[in-house]
Amino acid sequence: MSESANLLRLVDGAPRVVAENWRIIESAALWDGSGGAILPLELVVAQTERVRASGRAGIWLSPTDDPACTVEFFPWIALIGVQFPKFTDGRGYSSAVLLRTRYGWRGELRALGDILPDQLFALRRVGFDSFALRADQDPVTALAAFFPFSEAYQGSVNPPFPLFRRASTCT
Amino acid sequence: MYRYTPTDQRIVNERVAQFRDQVVRWKAGALSDDELRPLRLQNGLYVQRHAPMLRVSIPYGLLGSYQLRALADIARTWDRGYGHFSTRQNIQFNWMTIEQVPEVLAALARVQMHAIQTSGNCVRNITSDPLAGVAPDESVDPRPYCELLRQWSALHPEFAFLPRKFKIAVSASDIEDRAATAMHDLGFYLRRDAAGQVVADVVAGGGMGRTPMVASIVRRALPWRHLLTYTEALLRVYNRYGRRDNLFKSRIKILVRSLGASEFARQVDEEFAFLQDGPGTATEAELARIAEGFAAPRYSALERYPAALQEQLAANFGFARWYTRSVRGHRVEGYAAVTLSLKRRGFAPGDVDAATMDALADLADQYSFGELRVTHEQNIVLADVPRHALFDLWTAARVLGLATANIGLLTDIVCCPGGDFCALANAKSIPIAQAIQERFDDLDYLHDLGEISLNISGCINSCGHHHVGNIGILGVDKQGAEFYQITLGGEVGADPARTSIGTVIGPAFAAQQVSGVIATILDIYVGLRYPDERFIDTLHRVGIAPFKSAVYAMQHPIDEIEHV
Repeated sequence: MSESANLLRLVDGAPRVVAENWRIIESAALWDGSGGAILPLELVVAQTERVRASGRAGIWLSPTDDPACTVEFFPWIALIGVQFPKFTDGRGYSSAVLLRTRYGWRGELRALGDILPDQLFALRRVGFDSFALRADQDPVTALAAFFPFSEAYQGSVNPPFPLFRRASTCT
Repeated sequence: MYRYTPTDQRIVNERVAQFRDQVVRWKAGALSDDELRPLRLQNGLYVQRHAPMLRVSIPYGLLGSYQLRALADIARTWDRGYGHFSTRQNIQFNWMTIEQVPEVLAALARVQMHAIQTSGNCVRNITSDPLAGVAPDESVDPRPYCELLRQWSALHPEFAFLPRKFKIAVSASDIEDRAATAMHDLGFYLRRDAAGQVVADVVAGGGMGRTPMVASIVRRALPWRHLLTYTEALLRVYNRYGRRDNLFKSRIKILVRSLGASEFARQVDEEFAFLQDGPGTATEAELARIAEGFAAPRYSALERYPAALQEQLAANFGFARWYTRSVRGHRVEGYAAVTLSLKRRGFAPGDVDAATMDALADLADQYSFGELRVTHEQNIVLADVPRHALFDLWTAARVLGLATANIGLLTDIVCCPGGDFCALANAKSIPIAQAIQERFDDLDYLHDLGEISLNISGCINSCGHHHVGNIGILGVDKQGAEFYQITLGGEVGADPARTSIGTVIGPAFAAQQVSGVIATILDIYVGLRYPDERFIDTLHRVGIAPFKSAVYAMQHPIDEIEHV
């Protein structure tokens, strides 16, 4: 993974193309110890104090990483990334739901990797609030595809209640 | 039947607009083939042998006559004038272009239908008992629960990219499973507990394919209001831990088997504990709202045995024979559920042309409150026919060629489209079905044989459910040629304990040998059976050995032919 030029972030619920200064560090060997990095969970677990001393830090999770392992770092990390190696690998959606609803992560939750316009609606619904589009993707197309549906049946992270518990939607 | 609310309609319309835009972007090169593939699959669109195939969802098998007429229009306008009813209560069209599909989806949306999640690694169409709501043996009508699940699973944001496809079935009969529930990834057996509350016995990990498995019980007596949250818990466990490294090991059955059913159930329970009684819990009000759509039609007070019917049965042998196979009991006196056979000579099993669809819609309007049901055996049920009108219905159905008295008999063949259409198939299946139907077209013989299920799949994906046919036929590819493996003893029982996977009898046969092999198997059965003993019961009693030895004494399997 490299630094993303195509970043969308929800600002008051609306997606905006934003500039960005986080660096994504793929593996421990590639990290020079400086701040402003999104680091692999494994590295943060192994070198917790070094990461904490580096300043502003984030963690990214692979599909097999257990989101529960990030909880101890919540007090001082600024961002959690969830990596999608392929957009058809759906594990990251459950990771996001767990981070938001079970472990109570309120900070920035970023979708990383093979992030394409047609998955943004679902990614937003499971709690992501920033989206690092795959480098070749056009952010304008992504903005246009962001809200294909005006309603959703299920509760998830957003909205948390199913349609049948929300007011006056069946009339 | 359930009618869309404005919100339901809007969601389906928005889905059409979304897919229209995706096709435009694909044409413009902004979406690659690989990127479009999962998107089109989740709109029911496969790329097939001849052209794309569109699979349209018929939720829990229920169709209004106006919907069937719309399907006929679609067949005429965008296809070659016919459709194919599949084994999972879908209809498939085989001759469309990708560019036409948004228009077809829009036409479906106008009659409250869609193709959402009829393919892809997501929750598929929820299937159920075609006799739901009228069956005398059900203690609860499963349809409102199916619709609850349909809405919950539609466009679920967390479960659109599961390790593999995920099929749910719901059954509510105590004595017969007409939805093959135990062969599904997730199955609910609905019943009433001692207090009269609707609960579900939940099974998971069933499936066909190259590792056929009967589902295991994972939860007993789950109160109905937890159906959605329990499903969410189970799918989350599967989504996180199901295998993604090997396509052939990615169904939930492999996870259930590798963990063991009790450990799998424990993990689901652990997840469910966080969701239980949470906001996703279904409400009485929502169930009641949905159930309104399934309120009983305005039945009249009718006689159970009208004198005219008795006379017609006594006077007309053909009618009487059809009556014994096609007419089922009904919970309302004076009514019957009637199965119209889509298994007739000259047609692939489950195929219906547009004119016949229109005629079926007319029959539904005239005889059955404008509703039809599609069965997983690929027939059509008119579920609310007045018994005094049975003779008229039979007369009309006979003209249409839909009154073959073979329901539940040997020639009521369940069959996938096979190598004639499907890109996945190893072998053709329709010509095998037709050869069997031609060889065994003597109704006296068929009725004497009694109930036998015969299922044909053109490949190990098992869309023809050959694993659970009393006689199963599987197309296999052997050095570029098509051969057929025979299994015996498959059965869908009332619950997992009474459901079994057939046993392969030995080496495969060439296409032209298959009907002869079936003839030998039937001869052995007739010789060994006790009076009134069904084929499957004889088979259970004597085992496959006598069948096997007779078959291989009569026919040289391919391995020998190859060396000739």
